[in-house]
This record gives sequence, structure tokens and C-alpha cells, in this order.
Amino acid sequence: MRTEHQSLIFELSKPGRVGYSIPELDVPEINVESIIPSDYLRTEEADLPEVSELQIVRHYTALSNRNHGVDSGFYPLGSCTMKYNPKINEDVARFPGFAHIHPLQDEETVQGAMEMMYRLQTSLAEITGMDEVTLQPAAGAHGEWTGLMMIRAFHEANGDFNRTKVIVPDSAHGTNPASATVAGFESITVKSDERGLVDLEDLKRVVDQDVAALMLTNPNTLGLFEEHILEMAKIVHEAGGKLYYDGANANAILGFARPGDMGFDVVHLNLHKTFTGPHGGGGPGSGPVGVKEDLIPFLPKPVLVKEDDLYKFEYDRPQSIGRVKPFYGNFGINVRAFTYIMTMGPDGLHQVSENAVLNANYMMRRLEPHFDLPFTQHCKHEFVLSGRRQKKLGVRTLDIAKRLLDFGYHPPTIYFPLSVEEAIMIEPTETESKETLDEFIEKMIQISKEAEETPELVQEAPHTTVVKRLDEATAARKPILKYTKQV
Amino acid sequence: MTFRYLPMTDQDKKEMLETIGIETTEDLFQDIPEEVRFKGRLQIEEALSEPQLVKEMGRLAALNKNTKDHASFLGAGVYDHYTSSIVNHMLLRSEFYTAYTPYQPEISQGELQAIFEFQTMICELTGMDVANSSMYDGGTSLAEAGLLSAAQTRRKKIVVSKTVHPESRAVLHTYAKGQHLEVVEVDTEDGVTSLNALRAEVDEQTACVIVQYPNFFGQIEPLKDIEEIVHSAKGMFVVSSNPLALGALTPPGKFGADIVVGDAQPFGIAQGFGGPHCGYFAVTTKLMRKVPGRLVGQTVDEDGKRGFVLTLQAREQHIRRDKATSNICSNQALNALAASIAMTALGKQGVKEVAHQNIQKAYYAKKVLEEKGFKTAFSGPFFNEFVIELKCTAKEVNRKLLESSIIGGYDLGLSYSELKNHMLLAVTEMRTKEEIDQLANVLEGLACVQNISH
Repeated sequence: MRTEHQSLIFELSKPGRVGYSIPELDVPEINVESIIPSDYLRTEEADLPEVSELQIVRHYTALSNRNHGVDSGFYPLGSCTMKYNPKINEDVARFPGFAHIHPLQDEETVQGAMEMMYRLQTSLAEITGMDEVTLQPAAGAHGEWTGLMMIRAFHEANGDFNRTKVIVPDSAHGTNPASATVAGFESITVKSDERGLVDLEDLKRVVDQDVAALMLTNPNTLGLFEEHILEMAKIVHEAGGKLYYDGANANAILGFARPGDMGFDVVHLNLHKTFTGPHGGGGPGSGPVGVKEDLIPFLPKPVLVKEDDLYKFEYDRPQSIGRVKPFYGNFGINVRAFTYIMTMGPDGLHQVSENAVLNANYMMRRLEPHFDLPFTQHCKHEFVLSGRRQKKLGVRTLDIAKRLLDFGYHPPTIYFPLSVEEAIMIEPTETESKETLDEFIEKMIQISKEAEETPELVQEAPHTTVVKRLDEATAARKPILKYTKQV
Repeated sequence: MTFRYLPMTDQDKKEMLETIGIETTEDLFQDIPEEVRFKGRLQIEEALSEPQLVKEMGRLAALNKNTKDHASFLGAGVYDHYTSSIVNHMLLRSEFYTAYTPYQPEISQGELQAIFEFQTMICELTGMDVANSSMYDGGTSLAEAGLLSAAQTRRKKIVVSKTVHPESRAVLHTYAKGQHLEVVEVDTEDGVTSLNALRAEVDEQTACVIVQYPNFFGQIEPLKDIEEIVHSAKGMFVVSSNPLALGALTPPGKFGADIVVGDAQPFGIAQGFGGPHCGYFAVTTKLMRKVPGRLVGQTVDEDGKRGFVLTLQAREQHIRRDKATSNICSNQALNALAASIAMTALGKQGVKEVAHQNIQKAYYAKKVLEEKGFKTAFSGPFFNEFVIELKCTAKEVNRKLLESSIIGGYDLGLSYSELKNHMLLAVTEMRTKEEIDQLANVLEGLACVQNISH
């Protein structure tokens, strides 16, 4: 990474420079003032940069050099599944027949795209054990909200208008309660027990006739499988509620267990996580939702169906919750996910989860002597350490994360789940080699020693990045959210 | 079988199992109850080697008629525009596309700065004070604007013009249902929002009025009049805007918009069968702390050096959970980057020139079609889209056009019962005079069109 000052593109601008090339106007020019009223014609130009093509290329290349991706180095960010993003996926998604087709073309002119979607949704239904899948939601949180809206529509179709609550575990992702709110529900928290699993007694306490659904990540955000899933399903179902599966952690169970077999009624997957998206610096993602039979009528429309050898979008779905997104979802991400599934096949996907889980357990056991491990059973694809031992030495989890930057790593997820003090959540994924894991483990052990011997080295980290720790408090107190030209 | 993405060897596996102190990997899955353990083999397609995969995906792609091999006059919210080659080259810098959300700013300055620049450019184009780092797309961005308005005004009624994209309206209805909000649609008059109908709907319960500019028919909405109506009732003025059009048109911010939303797809983002595109969300300073999604702010590091961070996160789901302003987490960061690069490449001069070429070419197309005897449906000014009347179904017409390698317009009868046999045509800077003339000639020559229209 380069450490020198990086100008904003606006600071490189000089009047008269251009970075584009379009043909001269080839139709007779008319005076726009004669057709558009002057009030609606822009007088003050939008102050976009004026730079040459090479300047732009240098600028964005420099910016990329100030960024860390999976291709740059190990990225064990828990719950985010930062696995390798295959290059072939990028090529395929750019085929003109996928990239340059319009969503409103006649269906007969886009049968290949529709076939791809159909085969993907069929594959995802099999992988999750659900009856039907929609590809419309744009991301995980969007899928959560879609699923909850369907659950609400289901209850209301049964004349049940009093189910106002959605239960989420205390270890849940923040999107769960937030999605519940957007879908018009109140969220109720259920506690975890001393083993990091949902407390069954507490679940019984909070489940009543007002409950619309329980949202659950399984394995949960501690990387632990909810062993009592069948009892939980029974408790919720007997009260008339539905079970919602947050697929953020699906990378642990491919071919080993299916939400549909665990009693879940609705599932979303994050294709940018488990199915190699990629993450794109924070999106675009894709959040398909799968449902059991009784929820099929409520799927967002249109629903992609196959009739004889023809694929078509079905709009006549009177009980549908409606549209959740214009068109048919983040198609380009879905192309990548399908390419990945076709690369791996049934045996490959099984091996993905097996290796992901083995990698995580290996790291956990090797780090256990050096950091507190609140939950000691085998983990699934990720595990959570606590930095409380180091905190007593004056070194916080944040410091450990920042010190990892000096060694070229992206740190694990920190301070989440909220239920673990000084949490450090590590997810290695299956695409990392044992050598990479070993090197990272050695650095973690080194940092734990530094915390004892030279804590200031950790507290003052990072030492090698392009900027040091940034003043986030001032950023929030006096927000500067855009560039303003110095006059 | 060995897989190229999985580096674990038998020897690695053995050593790792030993460290863990177990015999087989199966031991790690014993916590999955026997009854739910999946014992079969997933019934999905068998794995393909890389060459086989390329062939199969190539076969599927080739079944689709694409806009590189055809002259497309289809718009309706998604457009075929000029994209500099550099956009794709820069996007493929894998430090960008293989990164996640920039939660660790010290190693994410590239992404953060690019988004800060994106926010600035969106503010410039829309004439607004604050823009966020992106939304899923224009449709969900519009729906979120409705929710924000309702929360801000504590009112329950969202008024939306029927000239807003039908699919965006559909999304708005779904979001509103979740929040128990009422959505009222306002009729059109000569292709724009009927001001009388709007006046009749807007009252002290109105959280906002949502219009599109240019609207779904390409027409330029009378924002000045609409602003007066909504603000006199103390509602919020929400404008959904094609940001490219704002290279030529007065920005909504100048007309007093409170929230401007839209999709940055016209800037460097492939049509891609409808997604992923890139929603944007811009507001006045007053609403800064109510914005959904991520915001990047400028600050300094310990040495006083300029840097960028995610900021005002107290609005967001990972901090506020059920009290967050939205549930959005992943957005469309990479596409915001694409849009930034494309906007930068166009620059001050290009965005203006491209917008003006769109107007010129669309008006030229209208003129030649009128000369052939076609009737345009509406009389007002438009940007790069207009509506023509046909004497047979748009589907039939499009089928014929395809034989001449033309992708025809959008069949408005699909969304507006009163506009059966009307076609929405988009003419961007990508269409040459020759292609426009050819469109007119082919249309003129179509039996079903010619016989009746002449």
C-alpha cells in the first residue's frame, strides 16, 4: 500500500480536460430552448471533474492500492464468508448475452437468461430443502424483510391479524430486528444459555399467540449449531408461528443439513457470501428467499415458471406480497452464483462446508491457549474468541484488530455478537490453505505476547497503513459528506 | 475429485484433525441432530470443468438477444448508454470487488474515498446537500423515501403520481404495507401528473408527494407547480430522477425537493437484465441524520492526515437494531464505484453533451416518425423517451422489428390499460441517425401499422 497523500478527483480537475469520447451529433440540431421551457433547462453546470483518461486510471488504481480485498490477503471476517471470488464468474457475468440484455425485452428473446434463473432457483431449493425460491431480493436484509412480509401475509390470509411479534436471539445480526421493524413487527429478544445456544426456557416464555415468527441463524453467530432446533421448531409451530432461517451462515452446512429439514418455513441465502458473490466493497449482493409449500402463494411477483420448454414470468398471483424490487433481482450476481454452483456440483459443495468447518475448528483449537474461548464445543464455520484477558492488560480487541493490519490481514469481525465481551469472530472459509491459517495463528499468538510485554505496540497500531487511526467522533459530530471547492 | 478452489490436502486434513483431537471430520458435525442430518447427495447438476462451464454458460447467453448486436429503443428505466472502456478495467481491480464493507478504514481508504466522491457527484447533479453511499436500485430507494417521509412528518399517506415507473410504484406499495401506510396514486393528464388531481389528494395527512422527472413516459413534470402544492400542505417533496437527464435539466434541488432518489444505471452500469443497478438517495441537510444506509465522511487521522470513514452509523441496523432508520446493510457499493468512474470520465462537459444528445436524438426520432404518419401520445417536453400510438400490439411490432435487428420499445398496455397499443421509445446517444431512420422505415413498412395509420 502507498502511504503518500491521495488527492480527491476534484482536486485534479482542470477546465478543458475530458475523459470521454462520443460521436458528433449526427441528426439536425434543434434549439433546446424552443422545446424545453427555460425554467427546466439547467443553467448552473454540475461541477463534475475535468480530467483526462490516464488521470482517471491513475486515480482509481491508486485508490485500489489503498484497499484490501480477498485477493490482497487473508480476510477472516466472521459472518461475512470472505472466500475466494472466482475469476471465471466475472467473465461469465460479462458475456453480452447476460450483461447487455434489457429486463423488459419480450420473454422469447431472453430464454437463456430465464433458464439460468430457473436452474439457479431449482438448485437453491434443493440445497436448502425448500419447495420454491424467488431470486428477487437484492441482498440478505432485503430477503429477511421479504420473508417476514410473506409470513405476515400468510397469517393475515388465515384471518390472523394479531401476530405482532418477531422473536430474535440476542446473538442475531442487527438486520433481523431492523427487518422486523420495516415489516411492521415488534421484535422480542430471546436469551442465549451458557453454551451459546437459544435458551429453550426463555423461548417458551416469549412464544405466545402474538408471535408471527422466530428468526434464527443456524449455525448461529457464535458459529454454534442450534442443537435443539427441532424442539424450537415445535414450540414456535405449536403456537402458530413460522420459523425463519437467516442464511448468513449457510457456508457451514451445505450438503450436511438443510433448513427445510430442520423445520424452517422461510429461508434466505446471501449469494455474495456462500456462493461467491463477490462482496464488491459492500454490495451488490443477492438474497434469494425459499419457502415451504404453504407460503408459495405469497411469493413476490412475478414468479418464474417453466411451461413445456418455455420459461415465463407469472404475474397473476393474487395472494402475492407484490414486488420487492423492480425487475427480477440482482441478475448479474445470480449469474455468478450459478456459475459457482455449476463449478462445484453436489460433491464440491459438500466439501466446501466440510473444509470450512475443519479450518475453523483447527484455528480455534490452536488459538484457545492464547485467548479466552467462551464456548468450548466444536464450532461450525466460525468461532468467537473473547479479548477479555488482553483487556485486563490494557489491550482492547480493537487494538488487536488494528495490530493485525500491520501484518497485512483484514481483522476478524469485532465486538459482535454483542453477547460476548470483547468479541473476536473468526471465519477462515474453505478457500484458505493451512499455511495461511498457520501464519495468521502465529501472528495472533505474537500479538497476545505483545499485549503482555509491549502493550503500547498494540495500543498504537496500526503502524504501517496509509493512514493511522481516524477520528470517527469528529466525523460524526461535524459531518463532511461531500467535497466543497476551496474558493 | 479435487477442486481448484479448495487447497486442503489429505496431509493437511490429517494434521488438522490431530490438532483438534478427533478422528474424522464427521465428528465436527455430531451437533447436528441425527433426524435433520442430510444423508443423501444433493440433487443438483454435476460439477463442470472450466471449459465445459464456459461452453454451457456461453450457450445460455447466446440464447438471449443482446443490445450489442441489436439497436435498442427500449428504455423504461433501464438504458443503453456509452460506457468508457476504463470503467470495466477499474472495476476489475480486485482490491475493490473482493473487499467487503469498509468497516476497517485504515485498509479501506480507496473504497471510502471513491464513495465520498460518488456522494459529491450525486449532490452536484441533483442539487442536494447530502447523498448516501447507494441503495439497491431506484425502485427501493423511492420506497425508502416514502418511509422516511412518513417517519419524519408522522403522517400516514403517501401520494404518488401514476407517471412514476410502474415497478417502482409496485415496490412502494409493498413497503408501505409493512408500515401500515396508505398509498394514493394520482391520475395523469397529457402524460404528466394532473395538477388538479394532485391538489385534490394532498392534505394535512400527506407525508409526501412522489413524482418522477423525467417521468416514466419521458415527459418533464412541472416540478415548480408540484412543489407549491406539496409544501403548502407541509408534506415532503420527493423526486425520482434519471441522473443523466440532470446534465441538461434543472436539478430537483433547485425546485425545493426534500428527497431526490433514482438509479445511477445510466452511468457505466450494464442493463444486466435489470440488476444489479445502483440506487441513489439524496436529501437536504435537515434530513441528514434520517438517511437510510451508509454514509462516508471526511476526517483526519492521529497525524492530522485526511482520511475517510463510515459515519453517522447511529442510524444503522448494526448499531440501532430495531430502531434503525432502515434495515439496509449490503448496498451496491461496486456499482456506485462504476457510476463514479463513468461520471468522472464524462466529467463536467460530457454529462452535459450526452444529455443534450439524448434530447436531440429523441426529438429527431419523434420528427421522422411523425413524418411517417405516426401519432405521438403527449404534447409536452421530454428528455430521451416519448410515446407513439400503434394500430396493432406492441408485441407484434417488436417481433417484426427484431427481424431487422432492432429491439423495439416498451408496450405501455402492460402497465396502463388506457394505453393499449402504445409504445414507449427510448433514444439515447448510442442510436445513430441511420438506426433511427431504419426504425422509422421498418415501422412504416409493417402491414399492421401502415394499413390503418395512413
